[in-house]
Amino acid sequence: MNAVLELFFHGLVLSLLAVGGAVSTTPDWHRRLVEEGRWLSDAQFASAISISQVSPGPNLLFVPVLGYQVAGLAGAAATMLGTLIPSTSLALLANRWMLARADSPAVLAIKAGLAPITLALLLAAGWLLAAPAPHRASWLLTAACALLAWRTRVHILAMLGAGAVLGLLGWV
Amino acid sequence: MQMSSNESPPVRPRSLGELFTVFTRLALQGFGGVLPVAQRVLCEETRWLSRAEFTETLALAQVLPGPNLCNLALMIGDRYFGLRGAFMALAGMIAVPLIVVLVLAALLAHGADAPWVVDTLRGMGAVSAGLMMGTALKLASGLKHSPLRRIGAALVALAAFLAVVALRLPLWAVIAALGPLSIGLSALLARRP
Repeated sequence: MNAVLELFFHGLVLSLLAVGGAVSTTPDWHRRLVEEGRWLSDAQFASAISISQVSPGPNLLFVPVLGYQVAGLAGAAATMLGTLIPSTSLALLANRWMLARADSPAVLAIKAGLAPITLALLLAAGWLLAAPAPHRASWLLTAACALLAWRTRVHILAMLGAGAVLGLLGWV
Repeated sequence: MQMSSNESPPVRPRSLGELFTVFTRLALQGFGGVLPVAQRVLCEETRWLSRAEFTETLALAQVLPGPNLCNLALMIGDRYFGLRGAFMALAGMIAVPLIVVLVLAALLAHGADAPWVVDTLRGMGAVSAGLMMGTALKLASGLKHSPLRRIGAALVALAAFLAVVALRLPLWAVIAALGPLSIGLSALLARRP
């Protein structure tokens, strides 16, 4: 019970620090659960991350897997609710504020001003994800998928499937 | 062909149930990042959002703390059905993927680090990286009506890209430095005819 409450509390604290998405809190979770909490070994922490990577869905899902490893389903629920409640409340309030002033010059300027930054951050995230790739073939695959996603309607799962097969064959 | 999905009239979700199933469907296709699938499904398949609306909602979801795509789902649901819609869209985004990931966690007590899994993930990672960049380039067409004009938007985007890729600045620092500048410039340029 104590562990579950503590997991919930960690989630609450880290929720509002997750600017840039859930992944940005990974080092904090590691510090709290592995270094300070001594609840998980490094190997267990790494396995939670790898399990969330093979699974579909938002990347926030490494958080409930960590909770599950510490305290079973109650732990998963505690970390998940803890992480979601503060950020979700704030997002709702901000959305209501924006919707109520949708046509005001200030809100229009906020949207227009942030839009190019958002797209650049997405581009940069893709760039950094591709950067450590070992061979030129990986870069070629990345570039081809960028072009296909930009210019065509080739199904995204088809591209991911092709990537999985090429990785399995050791070609990329 | 590029423009067709962008210029079509807005469509809205018919029910809370549809909101849930659409977000579940897109979340379950999101390996290594849900955003490219979300853009496809929301702008091109369901046509609930134009590219510009998608980018604006994503921008707000990104500057706020919390998982970006969950924030995005919440905001879209809220827009159409209020609080119930917000929670339904969020539930669609996480409920079924949460079950999947917990079943995997129970089955794979030692993690997913077999060599063949690592190889597969590396290949999918190369694809995900490309999907993210391709999606960003596609969404850039939505900026053509920006008060910043194409050139202003391109300069702001270039500065943000270099701040992350070359200077390795953390995301909050990039937003804190360039956000006010870009917003101020938009406000200034919007006043001119």
